[in-house]
Amino acid sequence: MEFDLSETQQLFKRSARELFSQECPPNLVREMIEGGQPYSEKLWNKLAEQGWTGLIFSEEDGGQGLGMVEMAVAFEEMGYSLVPGAFLWTVTVAGSLIARTGNADQRKKYLHAIIEGRAKAAVAVLEESGDWSPDSISLSAAESGEGLKLQGRKLFVNDAGIADFIIVSAITGNGPIIAVVERNAPGLNIRPMPSLDGTRGLFEVTFEDTVVPAGNILARGREARQALEHALDVGTLALCAEMVGGMQWIMDASVEYAKTRKQFGKPIGQFQAVQHHCADMLLQTESTRSAVYYAAWVMESEPGQAPLAVSIAKAYASDSFRDVGNRGIQVHGGLGFTWDENVHFYYKRAKAAELMFGDAAFHRERIASLLID
Amino acid sequence: MDLNPTPSEKRFREELREWMQANIPDEWRGAEADGFESSQERFEFLRAWQKKMYEAGWVGIHWPKEYGGRGATLFEQTIFIEEMARARAPQLLNVLGLSLLGPTLIEFGTEFQKKRFLQKILSADEIWCQGYSEPNAGSDLASLRTEAVLDGDHFVVNGQKTWTSYGHHADWCFGVVRTDPDAAKHKGLTYMLIDMRSPGVSVRPLKQMTGDSEFNEVFFQNVNVPVEHVVGKVNGGWQMAIATLMFERGTLGASLQIAFRRQIERLIEISKTTKRNGKLASDDPIIRQKLAQMYAEIEIFRLNQMRTVTRMAKTGVPGAEGSIQKIFWSEMNQRMQQIAMELLGPYGQLTRECEYSVDHGQWAHGYLRSRGNTIEAGTSEIQRNIIGHFVLGLPKSY
Repeated sequence: MEFDLSETQQLFKRSARELFSQECPPNLVREMIEGGQPYSEKLWNKLAEQGWTGLIFSEEDGGQGLGMVEMAVAFEEMGYSLVPGAFLWTVTVAGSLIARTGNADQRKKYLHAIIEGRAKAAVAVLEESGDWSPDSISLSAAESGEGLKLQGRKLFVNDAGIADFIIVSAITGNGPIIAVVERNAPGLNIRPMPSLDGTRGLFEVTFEDTVVPAGNILARGREARQALEHALDVGTLALCAEMVGGMQWIMDASVEYAKTRKQFGKPIGQFQAVQHHCADMLLQTESTRSAVYYAAWVMESEPGQAPLAVSIAKAYASDSFRDVGNRGIQVHGGLGFTWDENVHFYYKRAKAAELMFGDAAFHRERIASLLID
Repeated sequence: MDLNPTPSEKRFREELREWMQANIPDEWRGAEADGFESSQERFEFLRAWQKKMYEAGWVGIHWPKEYGGRGATLFEQTIFIEEMARARAPQLLNVLGLSLLGPTLIEFGTEFQKKRFLQKILSADEIWCQGYSEPNAGSDLASLRTEAVLDGDHFVVNGQKTWTSYGHHADWCFGVVRTDPDAAKHKGLTYMLIDMRSPGVSVRPLKQMTGDSEFNEVFFQNVNVPVEHVVGKVNGGWQMAIATLMFERGTLGASLQIAFRRQIERLIEISKTTKRNGKLASDDPIIRQKLAQMYAEIEIFRLNQMRTVTRMAKTGVPGAEGSIQKIFWSEMNQRMQQIAMELLGPYGQLTRECEYSVDHGQWAHGYLRSRGNTIEAGTSEIQRNIIGHFVLGLPKSY
């Protein structure tokens, strides 16, 4: 038994840290946030060039064929550098959906475009209820000879404004269905939903008699539901890893600040009240990391156990990242509340991450239903 | 990263499991719940049990082979502790000798000391207690005052120790005493082995808020300790004490993890038969949230433990993960016992003597016992100081 990154994985982690600190330094993140545009073509192309967009996909599809642990490591380091943009949803959610359900044509047209860095994708799940349960999907779809006709509205859709295509989940008379809607589809209307985390874009997506060709339907019924659940679990896992990276950054920055900031003639890190905040940050960061690496390993080695492991990770990460953010701002004092210091960007990311893919209460209920019912 | 056991780890687990199944005494099952007639009876039972395990080669498995152990890896130790807990086997009685003193003597002891003491630790012929804490030296251990004055070929020891586990049954005590009152507080201490049967040693049980007496006060009045019972150098006791404590970390979590898992599973079971606001507690969203949170934390405790053991196996150093885990489990257990109380409602307060009590009053007892968890073996505050200074590199606060 060995519960630690292998040497290769550690090497991969170090090079990821280096890459993101070089290609996505704090001033670039700040520029993107202040410019109201969490997307950089330059950064995307750089990542695609190095094969990051193909990270978890099979070599037959042109991907790197890496496992879930490597994916977690990659996202941890993206989280550390607060990498903005469409990477999370394009690669982990949209990519997983197509990889699991797509036929040869669909893989070629959509998955390979993602892997080669030619396309960004969104996945439209949430609706007005704001409920992450796949059972809450009610967007109506009707299948006919001409294809699939969509009528209704999706909310909180990450990256829809810049996505080349959107995978939408809907309900027909025969149950759930998922299909690819291209950007230029008729009756498709996309509007931004301004929110507190400037590193991600949320959008309202409206379908007015939008017709999607039958060839764009990825899956129906049970298969659609299972694929969606799986893809959301992969996305949740990646997000949790990103959260670990964010927690690590906040802790590093806070400890560094506590060592240098002086009051009453002493570094504030000498005061136990401050020191204990830092100790708790370490406890929460390391504990979340254990849960995340484990969930990654389980998803790869015992997929049947993945829902429980992923929900444990997300429930714990949601509360911990927020709490580490609180402590980080507190240790930074007045400076932590200013726009010029970077820690608030992570604090906001923590809140947005907590709400994405279901918050702690949502995942605790999922744990309960797996254990009790 | 590979969380699967190796073939040899698997074999080790199977062999041990079989032995446990065949050898745990039948009378233990009932006794575990209902208790023994007296603490003396319990003690004698446990001594015989350790002897039986010793004869089968299952005691001190982490000790090197040349000293009667098996040279077990950390993972095998973890498996050992897990299997003991899983089988609900009686604990090994001489735990302080096995986990703390033995490794210290193996590393730092003289040939005489190794020959004289090690084998009897394994066989439970001599039971050990630990003399560290004093009434005025708790978190600030180095301020301890029990003094030892050299008089020819022996030291004369005077003073008082407290919170001494197994003190009333122990044959021997390893402890730290002050041998140079004029030196700086960490520098005048000596680590020595004291015969509890010597004239001048007296023991008084310390009654806890639970009503139990797991600990004792130990008094030394002009107790003679031969110089050959000093471990390490005279006035070099602080380094020995720290080294000994380092052996303690790491594997304790393995047995706690099984005990916590068993308790949360029991609470889930109870929730399915307990009514709350007119419906089953297992259908109550608040209870469901709390049980799920608890389960998640227990699982994360287990995972942290696996990472700690992996790290220790690689580097040989326990590291500060021990402090993280101590805070994690002690605070978690207090929350779990509170959840048990909420779930059980008025039944939670009933003690074992009451015929209406649930699980022989274990939850009332557990609620009170857990209160000590954030204090014993280093308070949560001290653990956070350790993390702050030794892990995060913040300036020492005290």
